Amino acid sequence: MRPRDYSLRGPDARRAVETGLAAAEWYHSEIPRKTMKDLMQRRDGPAIRDTLVWLGAMALLAGTASWLWVAGHAWWSLPFWLGYGVLYGSGGDSRWHECGHGTAFRTGWMNEAVYQLASFMMMRNPVSWRWSHARHHTDTIIVGRDPEIAVMRPPALARLVLNLVGIPDVLAALRRMILNAAGRLHPEEATFIPPSEAPKVVRIARLWLAIYAATVAAALLLSSWLPLLLIGGPRLYGAWHHVLTGLLQHGGLADDVTDHRLNSRTVLMNPVSRFIYWNMNYHVEHHMFPMVPYHALPRLHALIRHDLPAPAPSIWAGYREMLPILRRQLRGEDVALRRALPPTARPYRDEFHAAPVAAE
Amino acid sequence: MPWTDACATDAIEEEDVIRWDHGGRTYALYRSPDDQFFCTDGLCTHEQVHLADGLVMDHIIECPKHNGQFDYRTGAPLRAPVCTALRTYPVRVEGTRVLVDLG
Repeated sequence: MRPRDYSLRGPDARRAVETGLAAAEWYHSEIPRKTMKDLMQRRDGPAIRDTLVWLGAMALLAGTASWLWVAGHAWWSLPFWLGYGVLYGSGGDSRWHECGHGTAFRTGWMNEAVYQLASFMMMRNPVSWRWSHARHHTDTIIVGRDPEIAVMRPPALARLVLNLVGIPDVLAALRRMILNAAGRLHPEEATFIPPSEAPKVVRIARLWLAIYAATVAAALLLSSWLPLLLIGGPRLYGAWHHVLTGLLQHGGLADDVTDHRLNSRTVLMNPVSRFIYWNMNYHVEHHMFPMVPYHALPRLHALIRHDLPAPAPSIWAGYREMLPILRRQLRGEDVALRRALPPTARPYRDEFHAAPVAAE
Repeated sequence: MPWTDACATDAIEEEDVIRWDHGGRTYALYRSPDDQFFCTDGLCTHEQVHLADGLVMDHIIECPKHNGQFDYRTGAPLRAPVCTALRTYPVRVEGTRVLVDLG
């Protein structure tokens, strides 16, 4: 396997710029302008409804769980904590994502309010991660350029599994929060955050550190886990769903290509997962047209499916196609899944990038 | 500098944008909801993405890649990741034609 350097300041970062992989022009399916305009239209209605359900369900579950906990029924409170945790530690991920794109609501302050809340819940500095995610969309799975590659080669299996309960991500987030609160950016952050934005990064990190310190202090003063079960803790015990769905976005697919059909995966899912994930299961479509709001992605999928590889029909099917590839990558093979296109699709343009080595 | 004929007024829908290439450069031409016409450089100042593929909402143009936003009347950047203003050009309408002063 070709060794890969995923740091943003290493030899692969330089190679990506030299070979034109950085900030390249990407393939996209053809959609008439009128249709695309219609798909991109913003609406407040769907996101207000979903946000009321999301926050309302969290309040109800956390309230019930806390009441049972305080009344001494810790075991009875467990299912309520698990429900609250998933909405916090996984639902927060998709809300962070959609509102970061600024497409969930039509009204700007609503996007921003939910973005700030979800960023706090996910422990992602809202300034740094806005820039990091912009880079992820410019240079999706380009080694040395994309700061958000979850499944590297070879896959860091222990890290992926531990992230189901958020441990590596939360430890990294806390380390970064402390660094930022001390007034510094990490050298890698400095590659995608303009200096003018740095004071905002620091201000948020200090505020959050104070909130988490107050939560820990409250837990110590009350000699109770309750404050941590409500704030911060769900980022651990509720993370599993966003990791489970998130790994499917690009896992086992090609790197260093300029066609999202080769490096992203659309997975058909049950309605509960789609609510938690806010339709990010339509991931090829999202990357090809990132300004289409989450609620219009099923319509976009129907319009361009003739030009895309068939979606994985379920989460389970997605893992069945991904895991064997990861196993081979763990053994040192330089392989990626190259899914067949339907006869109606425009072919992959291998002339624009080295053809990924396909798994048989 | 003479005014340059860019397009017919009905080539741009209300609250929309089109691409206009001229003299080896690329521009974006806008028609606002109040039926006024504007012209800016075509590429986003954040990365080289054409704004003509973006969405016009009132007097804002969104970059189709990262949702950086500009006021297309002034070129002012309104939302990260754009920090640098977009260059704008004077526009006037003569009959059914949109004319641009490229300076």
